[in-house]
Amino acid sequence: MSHSTTPGRPAQTRRSPEPIFWALFGAGGMLSALIAPMLAFITGIAVPLAFLLPADAMSYRNMLALAQNPIGKALLLAVVAFFFWHAAHRIFHSLHDLGIQAGNGARVVFYGSAFVATLVAGAALMLIGF
Amino acid sequence: MSASDPRPAARPANDPRRPYVRPMAGWWQRNPFFVRYMAREGTALFVAAYALILLVGLVRLAQGEAAWNGWLEALRSPASILLHVVFVAVFAFHTVTWFEVLPKTMPPLIVGGKRVAQSAITAGAIAVAAGASLALFGIVWGLTR
Repeated sequence: MSHSTTPGRPAQTRRSPEPIFWALFGAGGMLSALIAPMLAFITGIAVPLAFLLPADAMSYRNMLALAQNPIGKALLLAVVAFFFWHAAHRIFHSLHDLGIQAGNGARVVFYGSAFVATLVAGAALMLIGF
Repeated sequence: MSASDPRPAARPANDPRRPYVRPMAGWWQRNPFFVRYMAREGTALFVAAYALILLVGLVRLAQGEAAWNGWLEALRSPASILLHVVFVAVFAFHTVTWFEVLPKTMPPLIVGGKRVAQSAITAGAIAVAAGASLALFGIVWGLTR
């Protein structure tokens, strides 16, 4: 692993950001393992087809109420952000398996995408208001 | 060096040594274990795609009712339904593989002086996920009926 190095510091004291990324990866992996199949079923199949759930379950009024509720806001942000961080970390580490030399440039692209996605989700939720 | 070698050409062209470099292309296709490993890691692409769809939904929600209804309409297209059927299948595979790895990433679980088998931890965690999914559906059903 080639992390950016601070000149003059011995290798043993170099801090790796890996634990932070791994924790975000783990949080997203756990959250998606628990609810992603059902969530994709609800938002992508059940509601659009009005199958088992009413067609207006995700109406503007309902979703606005969910996004304006503090708990709903936190849940929406957690799902979107953690899913992105999980995917970014996993895809980044898969580059090595595909024979692609992934350095700090790839780190910026993948973790940067997750970071931007988190910011956009947060901004959208703030715009929606309380 | 062959063209498929992923490593950069660090040796000078007139280097008389010709060391054997094991080709990396398609390494995982030769062993079912590695095929499953790559499928497991590949689920991340679908997680990213779904997260992006949800993120677009959040942005559309913030833009107002007309924008939100457009997003909902897009979700009703046959292509979107098909994509979400794929998502559900891939995410279920992610759930199973995630909890297959779980016992390997945690300290041994001792109950009654005996170590709990990895398969039991996996099965228990999948049961918890099933419970969480049913709870999620129940909450959505209760809030929207």
